[in-house]
Amino acid sequence: MENLNIMTLLPEIFLAITAMGFLIAGVMQGNKSTDVLCWSSCLSFVIAAALLLRIDWDTQYLLNNMLVSDKFSMMLKLFIVVGLTATTALSVRYLYFERIARFEYPVLIIFSGIGMMFMVSANNLLSLYMALELQSLSLYVLAAFHRNSLRSGEAAAKYFILGALASGMLLFGISLIYGFTGSLDYQIIASSLKNAELIAPGFTIGMVFVIAALVFKVSAAPFHMWTPDVYQGAPTSVTAFFAIVPKVAALGVLIRLLFEPFAMAESQWTQILYFVSIFSLLFGSFAAIAQSNIKRLIAYSSIGNMGYALIGIIAATPQGIGAVLLFLFIYMVMTAGTFSILLYMRRDGISLERISDLSGLSKTHPVLAYSMAALMFSMSGIPPFAGFLSKLFIFNAAVASGHFVLAVIGVLASVVAAYYYIRIIKVMFFDEPEDEFDGNMSLEKRLVLLFSIIFVVGFIFKPNALLDSAMSSAKVLFM
Amino acid sequence: MDMPPLLSIMIFLPLICAIMVALIRGEKGDEAVIEKNVKHLSLFSALFVFAFSVFMYLKYDPLATDFQFVEKITWFGENGINYHLGIDGISVYFVLLSAFLTPICIYISWFSVKKRVKEYMIAFLMLESFMIGTFAALDSILFYVFFEAVLIPMFLIIGIWGGPRRVYASYKFFLYTLLGSVLMLLALLTLYAKVGATDIPTLIANPVDFGLQKWLWLAFFASFAVKMPMWPVHTWLPDAHVEAPTAGSVILAGVLLKMGGYGFLRFSLPMLPEASLYFAPMVLWLSVIAIIYTSLVALVQEDMKKLIAYSSVAHMGFVTLGIFSFNQQGIEGAIFQMISHGVISAALFLCVGVVYDRLHTREISRYGGIVKNMPAYATVFMIFMLGSVGLPGTSGFVGEFLSLLGAFKANTLIAFFATSGVVLGAAYMLVLYRRVVFGPQNNDDASRMPDLTSPEKIVLLPLVALVFYLGIFPTVVLSKLEPAVTNITSIYDALPANRELSVVPLDNVSDSGELNDAEGENKTEQP
Repeated sequence: MENLNIMTLLPEIFLAITAMGFLIAGVMQGNKSTDVLCWSSCLSFVIAAALLLRIDWDTQYLLNNMLVSDKFSMMLKLFIVVGLTATTALSVRYLYFERIARFEYPVLIIFSGIGMMFMVSANNLLSLYMALELQSLSLYVLAAFHRNSLRSGEAAAKYFILGALASGMLLFGISLIYGFTGSLDYQIIASSLKNAELIAPGFTIGMVFVIAALVFKVSAAPFHMWTPDVYQGAPTSVTAFFAIVPKVAALGVLIRLLFEPFAMAESQWTQILYFVSIFSLLFGSFAAIAQSNIKRLIAYSSIGNMGYALIGIIAATPQGIGAVLLFLFIYMVMTAGTFSILLYMRRDGISLERISDLSGLSKTHPVLAYSMAALMFSMSGIPPFAGFLSKLFIFNAAVASGHFVLAVIGVLASVVAAYYYIRIIKVMFFDEPEDEFDGNMSLEKRLVLLFSIIFVVGFIFKPNALLDSAMSSAKVLFM
Repeated sequence: MDMPPLLSIMIFLPLICAIMVALIRGEKGDEAVIEKNVKHLSLFSALFVFAFSVFMYLKYDPLATDFQFVEKITWFGENGINYHLGIDGISVYFVLLSAFLTPICIYISWFSVKKRVKEYMIAFLMLESFMIGTFAALDSILFYVFFEAVLIPMFLIIGIWGGPRRVYASYKFFLYTLLGSVLMLLALLTLYAKVGATDIPTLIANPVDFGLQKWLWLAFFASFAVKMPMWPVHTWLPDAHVEAPTAGSVILAGVLLKMGGYGFLRFSLPMLPEASLYFAPMVLWLSVIAIIYTSLVALVQEDMKKLIAYSSVAHMGFVTLGIFSFNQQGIEGAIFQMISHGVISAALFLCVGVVYDRLHTREISRYGGIVKNMPAYATVFMIFMLGSVGLPGTSGFVGEFLSLLGAFKANTLIAFFATSGVVLGAAYMLVLYRRVVFGPQNNDDASRMPDLTSPEKIVLLPLVALVFYLGIFPTVVLSKLEPAVTNITSIYDALPANRELSVVPLDNVSDSGELNDAEGENKTEQP
């Protein structure tokens, strides 16, 4: 029997055991254990991150080639775990405020996390599908977590129906690919497509279905329709989770698919992604202008941001993929910082979601206002903040690979996007103040915000460490 | 390296002080004390930076042709994007100008800014740091970082402490400049991809082919023309000036506008010489339109700040005229004009600020006859007004004269039209001066205004001295400019296509039409 290399999967195994343990504990203790379980799941994410850092990052194939573990997947897993830690920590108090503190919450988050970690290391279309479904099903339930709220239920229903449709498309695409290549294994698919000229049309159709399904998961236009409604309807803590973590996994899956099994069909998928990217950039920036709800705004902004990430993928160079990894991480940090403020915003016990609720924040909560301003300037890509560098590398990759049209559309969209980001700054700094928010900001929110701000402001001084590891992770896909 | 890293100190000292200012705290009720400490700390740090800049200026070797005070540390990226600073004869003056105007801005806000003093000071300190960084950067990405970062404090300064239409003005300022700049970013990245370096001297030494140059030139132009601002993308400037607080206007007119001209001299001209020649006629005509059109617009303004804002656009027209004449006099004149405009327009905005603080209106018709109650103010205002007009003996004359001289060498017809702008410039400034300072005292409140206070005198006197000093001893500046300008012009002398354009002796040109023909030929000769 071949070596199972079970050690490499230790973080996932650890999390799976933890999740099941928490489930049992939750059932025995009931909902009063929610906060303990949330904090312990944060702790287990930290342990998982530590395990990830300890294990070997060299490329190895596991479980009969069902999974692959390489620098690229490890990097993404690390991002995922960091995102999970931040979002779980941010949720705890919110759950209690909204009276939806039930013990399933941390359990579902961990299960979706395991799904995502398997997603990024899938090396077979079947393991990809399994992992994706594990993640998606947990997310559908999380979207409906505020079960007494109509909006939350509506959001979950929308998400579930469209998500199921996407899963169907994925399966249909997988079956077509299986039919035309005779395998589900990434390497065998890649080797069966030796000649770019001789790709069967049936395979291309299958590939289009698979890509469409994944584009749905990353919420890029034209498969974005669910995003604003789900972001708005879901409890804010879940929105934070949606905005930060699943995108990393979905993009990771997409990148691996495009550069390993579909590498030969690059000229075909480039056309699709070109359109998707431009559409996301324009839609994300123009549609956000009219929004008055911050959660919807962030939804549109995430659509636009996925457009930038796709530019890096279209560049199809190690530089481009490295830029995407960096972009994802920076986007994650900025979004986490933003949500740490949004989750704190409540007056008279009601959580606030409108942009106008931020009026005059610079007078009532100056530190928050300046943090938010830094995050918004960073999101709109103004130097010296981290968001600028993330876009810089994306555009650098696009220009270096000759995609000038895409780069020009990208920068112009970023100017349009700057309009709605600075509108938030305008509301906070130029408008007259409203009342203060309830209570003080809790410790974990402060910590997340602090980390986020230190990163956003300080990244420009020492970008090398993260940049180099992102670049070297990206290189493994091109070997 | 024996020298301390002067440029880095000048860039980071204001930032560190801004952080310190942010951390100044006190008990409730101590607001006055906190405010006082904030003001003192800010002023001292700005003065320190100014002292450093003067020290740097004195240490600057005027004969060397290379960059001086160079600092180079690897920053990031595989091909080495560096934290690379250094100055030459051009940037030394802009660094000096930035360091000179910031303490003035902080000092004049001492009494006029009442709300959010702490944030105000932080914004100005940040602004100073980014401005100096822009002029000192020798790496194109580093340049872009500073160039863009300037938007943040300026956006807040206009938006928080501005006038009634501040929100509109701050948006317009921010989005206009951002739109231009992002295209420049793509141009910089394209150069990085083609040449494999972001280092400015390396980029100058390795020009790209002409076809690409044209596109890059347009991208750079989008950024610098907006910043300059050139007609027809100047419309953000009057709004921004009118709404900005006095100190904001001073910095905007004094330093930020110069970033456009500096960008042309640092990027467009040396890196893209063929494209610059190719597009020069367009720029020259745009400059002429700017000079004449905005002068005419300035004539009918009822708002003092708007009038001076339009005059800035006209003066910047002379700068682009000089720069795109590609000869020694033209470029030196353009730089001199920028320095002089930095002093004079800053001073004019200060003068407007003086009466605005007393009467809280900028409408010209609300004043009149104030020479009777404010004689000292009338004198100072007159000096700056005449400097702006370009009276010989003031700094305004030298810049205008030299850039027009350069333009005459390049294109007589254009220079002829541009010269008419000098007359128009005299017209609107004199009309402004007559309506504000002379005439009958129709407004009681205006006639009761007290004369200059001693802080105002302290601020305005060095500016008066500078206007005369630069006007009477222009060689002090010009001699240091020469090596750096020669570096640029030598690129053009080496271009075969340019021989006819810039080396045509004046007496060979019988009329303007012939020169236009020569220029047309030039265009067709381009590959």
